[in-house]
Amino acid sequence: MQPRIKFLLGGAVVLGAAGVLMAGSIKNTAVYFLTPAELQAKVVADPTIRETGVKVGARVVPGSVERDSSGKRVVFDMTDGEATYKVDYRGLIPDTFSDSVDVVVEGRLGADGVFQATTLLAKCASRYEAAPEGYKPATRASYKAAAPTTTQRLN
Amino acid sequence: MVLVGELSLWIALLMCAWSVTLSFAGGAMRRADLIASGERGLYAGFGFIVLASAGLWTALITSDFSLRYVAAFTSANLPVVYKFSAFWGGQAGSMLFWCLILAGYAALATWANRRSVRELMPWVTGTNALVLLFFVATTALASNPFEHLEWVPADGRGLNPQLQNPAMAIHPPMLYLGYVATAVPFAFAIAALVTRRLDAEWLGAVRRWALVSWVFLTVGIVLGMWWAYVELGWGGYWMWDPVENASLLPWLTGTAFLHSIMIQEKRGMLRKWNVTLVVTTFMLSVLGTFITRSGVIQSVHSFAQSSVGNWFAAFMIFVIVATVWLVAVRLRDLEPHAQLEAMISREAAFLYNNLVLVGIAFSVLWGTLFPIISEAVRGSKITVGESFFNAVNVPLGLLLLALTGIGPLIAWRKSSVQNIQRQFVGPAGFGLITGATLFVLGIRELYPLMTWTLSAFVAGTIIQEFWKGVGARRQMYSENAVIALGRLVARNRRRYGGYVVHAGIVMLFAAFAGMAFKLEYDITLADGESYTAKDPYGREWTFTNEGLSEFKALNREVVAIALRPTVDGKRLPLITSEKRQHFDSRGNPTFQPSTEVGVLVRNDMDVYLVLAGVVQNKAEIRVNFNPLVVWVWRGGLLMALGGLIVMWPQSEKRRRQGGYVTELAPAAKMATG
Repeated sequence: MQPRIKFLLGGAVVLGAAGVLMAGSIKNTAVYFLTPAELQAKVVADPTIRETGVKVGARVVPGSVERDSSGKRVVFDMTDGEATYKVDYRGLIPDTFSDSVDVVVEGRLGADGVFQATTLLAKCASRYEAAPEGYKPATRASYKAAAPTTTQRLN
Repeated sequence: MVLVGELSLWIALLMCAWSVTLSFAGGAMRRADLIASGERGLYAGFGFIVLASAGLWTALITSDFSLRYVAAFTSANLPVVYKFSAFWGGQAGSMLFWCLILAGYAALATWANRRSVRELMPWVTGTNALVLLFFVATTALASNPFEHLEWVPADGRGLNPQLQNPAMAIHPPMLYLGYVATAVPFAFAIAALVTRRLDAEWLGAVRRWALVSWVFLTVGIVLGMWWAYVELGWGGYWMWDPVENASLLPWLTGTAFLHSIMIQEKRGMLRKWNVTLVVTTFMLSVLGTFITRSGVIQSVHSFAQSSVGNWFAAFMIFVIVATVWLVAVRLRDLEPHAQLEAMISREAAFLYNNLVLVGIAFSVLWGTLFPIISEAVRGSKITVGESFFNAVNVPLGLLLLALTGIGPLIAWRKSSVQNIQRQFVGPAGFGLITGATLFVLGIRELYPLMTWTLSAFVAGTIIQEFWKGVGARRQMYSENAVIALGRLVARNRRRYGGYVVHAGIVMLFAAFAGMAFKLEYDITLADGESYTAKDPYGREWTFTNEGLSEFKALNREVVAIALRPTVDGKRLPLITSEKRQHFDSRGNPTFQPSTEVGVLVRNDMDVYLVLAGVVQNKAEIRVNFNPLVVWVWRGGLLMALGGLIVMWPQSEKRRRQGGYVTELAPAAKMATG
C-alpha cells in the first residue's frame, strides 16, 4: 500500500473517532437555550421540559434582586419583555451579576413556576458590550435616570 | 489633541484607500513610482492612526467626559494606569487599538522587506492596507471612539472593577498583538498567490510573522487564564467560554502552520495546505475579535444585531471568496514537489499533528457556534456545555501530546526500525515507569494516568535530545556542560527553542490533568473558629478565621477576611480574600460588589479562598484545593520563552553552520539575485 493511502486511512480513523465523539457528546450535553417567552411556549407544548434542564437567556428586572447576605443565594425576576420568571439561584454569585444585566441561567422550571437555577452567568458589561446596547448616556434624561443621586448633589 | 485625533482617524482612512489603490496598481503595472507612493501612503496611514490613538489617550487621561467613550469607561478617580488601559476596555477603543497595531505591523512589514522580496511587496503592502482600510472604516463609521455626548457629565461611569487588574492591563494588548499579527502572513500569502512566487521567498517572512503572532497569542491566552483564575472567583482557569475559545482557535491553526511549514521548507510538500492554514488563521483571528467584541454568541438576541457585526460578516465573506478564487486560479502553481514516502517518517508525524490540531480547532469552533448552527437548522438554540469540549478534546489532546514526543525523534522521509528503537526505548520506559508508579500510588482515573504517562514520555524525549546534543558538543569541542548547552541552543535556535516550547506544553498538560482531582469546601466561620479539611494528597488542613476587617481604599470600601492555614501542624502564611465596593469620585457606589480571591500558591497545589459574604458576623467562604495550577503559569512562561528563542534573529551564515539549510534556499537566491 502506498504511504499516502495509509496516511489518509489513518487520518480517516482519527477524524472519524473525533466525529463520533462529537456527535455522541452533543447528544449528551446539548441543552436548549431559550428566552423566557420561548420557555413559556415550550412548557405548553411539551410539559416534560420541566424535567430536563434548560438554559435561559434574559435580562434581570430592575429592583427585583433579593440577595441573601451569605452571598450564596439570590432570587430575582428575569424577562425578555414578553414573559417573566422568578429565578431562585443557589451558589456563588458572580461579581458581574446586578440589576438589569443580561444573564444566562441553567436549571429547571419548578412546578410552582419558579426557575431553580444551578448555574448563573452574568454578562460583564464592558467585556461583552454590543454597540447599540450597554451604556447610552446620549441624552441628559437617560443619564439622570441612570444615576439620580449624581444630579441631585450637583444641583 | 482630541480634535486632532478625531480628524486623524478620517485622514488615515483616506491614506489607507490611497495605499491600497496605488500599491495594487503599481504591482499590476510594475511601476516603481506608484509602488513607492503606495508604501508612503501606508506609512502616512500609520502616522495618522498613531495621532488618532494619542488623541484618544489624551482624552482618557485628562478625563474629557464630553466623549461618550471616556464617560462610559473611566471615572475621574480611576488610577492612571487603568485610564490608560481603558483604551481597549470597550468596543470602540479596542477597534482603534486593532487599527493601531495593524498599522504598526503593516508599516514594519513593508519597511523590513522593502529590499528582500520586492516582487511581493506591492501586494503585501496593498493587502495589509486593504485590511487596515476595513478596520479604520469600521472604527470611523460604525464604532467611533470620538463620538461626542450632547452634554458633559460631571463624572464617568468608571471601569468595571474586574478589569482593574494588572493582568487586564496587559492581557488584551498581548492577545491583540497576536490576533493582528496573523494579518501579515495572510498578506504575504495573497501576494505570493498573485505573483505566483510560492516558494522559499515568502516562507521566511511568513514564518517569522506567524511566530510573532504565536508568541503573543500564547502569552495573551495564558494571561487571560490567569486573570479568570484570580478575578472571576469560580476556582478554575478555563471554562470553554466562547471568548476563550475565540482566542484558542487561531492559536491552534497557527501552531499547525508552524509545523506544516517545516515540511514545505524541507520537502516542498503541503503547499496548498499551508496557504489554507495561513488564511484560516487570519479568518479565525477576525472571527475571534468579532466574537469578543460583538457579543454575538452568548447574546440572547439573534446574529449580527450590532452594525459592527454586519461589517465583520461582510468582510469575512469578502476575504473568503477572494481567497478561494485566488487559490482556484493558482492551483497548478501549488502542486506539491514531493510525496509522502513512508508512514514512519517525520512528515507523517507532522501531518498527523496538523490533523489533530485542526480537528481540535474544528470541534471547538463547532461547539462555539453550535447555538447559531442549531438555530439556523432546527429553529431553536441549543448550546453544548463544558463536557462536550472535554469529551472531544481530551482524547485528541492526548494524541497530540504523544505526537509531541514522537515527531521530533523520527527522521525525515523514512525512518528505520533501528533508529526508532535507539530513540524511543529510554523515553518510553521512563513514561511507563512513571505511569506504573502513579498507578501503584493509587491513581486509577484513566485520563490523568494517561496524561502523566505521556507527559513523562515526552519529557524523556526532550531531556534525551538535550543530553545527546550537549554530550556531542562536549566531545567535539571539549566544552563544559553549561557552555555546551548554551551554544547548542544558540546554534540551533529553531530546534532547541522548539523543544523548550514542547517542555512548556508538557507542563500544561500535566497541570490540566491535576485539576481532575480538585476539591471544594463551603464553610461558615465566626471569628476564631476553625475548620478541618482533607486535600487531594490526603493531608489534613485546618483553617482558622483570624478575623474580618473593614477599611477604605482609594476608590473602594473593602471587607476582608484573614484565614490561617495549618497543615500537619505547620502554620502557613495568612490567606486573605476581599469583597470590594467601588465608588466614583463623589462617593456614589459604582458597579456591584466585586471579589478578590486569596491564593496560597504551592508547587503541589493552590489553596484558593473566596469570601462569598458575611452573615451575622460569620464569614461564608469557599476553599478550593486546586492541584498543580502553578505549572500552568510556568508552562505558559516556558512556551513563550521557547518561542522567543526560536524567533531570535540569527545571521544567515550562523544558521547554516547550525545545520539548517532549506533545500530551496539556492533557488531563492537565484530568483532574488
